[in-house]
Amino acid sequence: MDPRLTIIERRLKDIKRIIAVSGGKGGVGKSLTASVMALIFSRLGYKTGLFDLDFGGPSIHTVLGLKGALPREEKGIIPPDAHGIKFMSIIHYAGDNPSPIRGIDISNAMIELLAITRWGRLDFLILDMPPGIGDSTLDVIRLLKRAEFLIITTESRVTLDVVKKLLNLLKELKAPIIGVIENMKLTRSSFLSKEIGALDVPFLGEIDFDRGLEDAIGNVDHILKTRFAESMKEIIVSKEIFKLKDR
Amino acid sequence: MHEWALAEGIVSTALKEAERGKFTEVTRINVKIGELQQIDGDLFVSLLKEILQVEDPKLKRAEVVFENQEAILKCRVCGHEWLFSESKKGLSDEDAELIHFVPEIAHVYIRCPACKSPDFEVTKGRGVWLESIEGE
Repeated sequence: MDPRLTIIERRLKDIKRIIAVSGGKGGVGKSLTASVMALIFSRLGYKTGLFDLDFGGPSIHTVLGLKGALPREEKGIIPPDAHGIKFMSIIHYAGDNPSPIRGIDISNAMIELLAITRWGRLDFLILDMPPGIGDSTLDVIRLLKRAEFLIITTESRVTLDVVKKLLNLLKELKAPIIGVIENMKLTRSSFLSKEIGALDVPFLGEIDFDRGLEDAIGNVDHILKTRFAESMKEIIVSKEIFKLKDR
Repeated sequence: MHEWALAEGIVSTALKEAERGKFTEVTRINVKIGELQQIDGDLFVSLLKEILQVEDPKLKRAEVVFENQEAILKCRVCGHEWLFSESKKGLSDEDAELIHFVPEIAHVYIRCPACKSPDFEVTKGRGVWLESIEGE
């Protein structure tokens, strides 16, 4: 019997909400959304954790400009502080080396970190999911039943097709869905919001393509001043669905 | 130390199994420790005993028995099979410690001795495992 599976729930019991930032395709802005969302929650005074679950291509540390922060051991591992956020990632162990890890091993590594990480009391734990409907998505649905999915997409029909499949799977498995955010918007088309509305999933808002965002990567103060971060904050503050309710 | 977290997992799984089997008292907990995770068996048992004292009365008097399991790796590319202990000789203490925390990190620091591929599987001896419980 795998001793890690029974302990995961206990590790997460003092976390009020778990938000899995997901999307069918790579390159739609999941890691930026997860990072900025964690920064905004933290700046609003919420105790926040951020877990980079993209073990094949971790990038949160690059977005937040982190180097050398390591977890410490104390009856498990305590995530290091990153700009006021508790931050976990495979990079704490793999460093700058590539992690050529197959699906079943990614699943095992994720279970290991969930079993040994002591997050303590958190208002929000944000999970940066890898692209696709693979092991990590299925593991989050299986092991973190409280995780609520926030889907990031662009207006591209190619991305939308994959997002629809992800939404249908989440619905079929009865995984909670917060809604969909349209990122990198280049037109005034309402095509995507209508498509998402037709699926009976909340459409939370649009974020215009921000040409200044790339230059801000690695500097948290600069990131928070971008139009991307301002739009994200507007969505978070204005939508009831992001409010913390007593559990 | 992070072994505490895994020991808690063993105890909580043993308790779940005891409840499932309607045991009133657990007399023995059999644990397997895979070599890849590089956990000291005696130390792990002493942590388990400490946690057993406070977790649930039906586990309090359980004897803990552990078995070390040799870690065997098999290359998915060329089929070569080898022992982790052979690869460990070439690892720095720091890299070995990283594997101790997350055994899958072996793919970052170990290569197949025959074809140098990182694409191998751990066929035996990955980490800690609750083998069985005994009781009445």
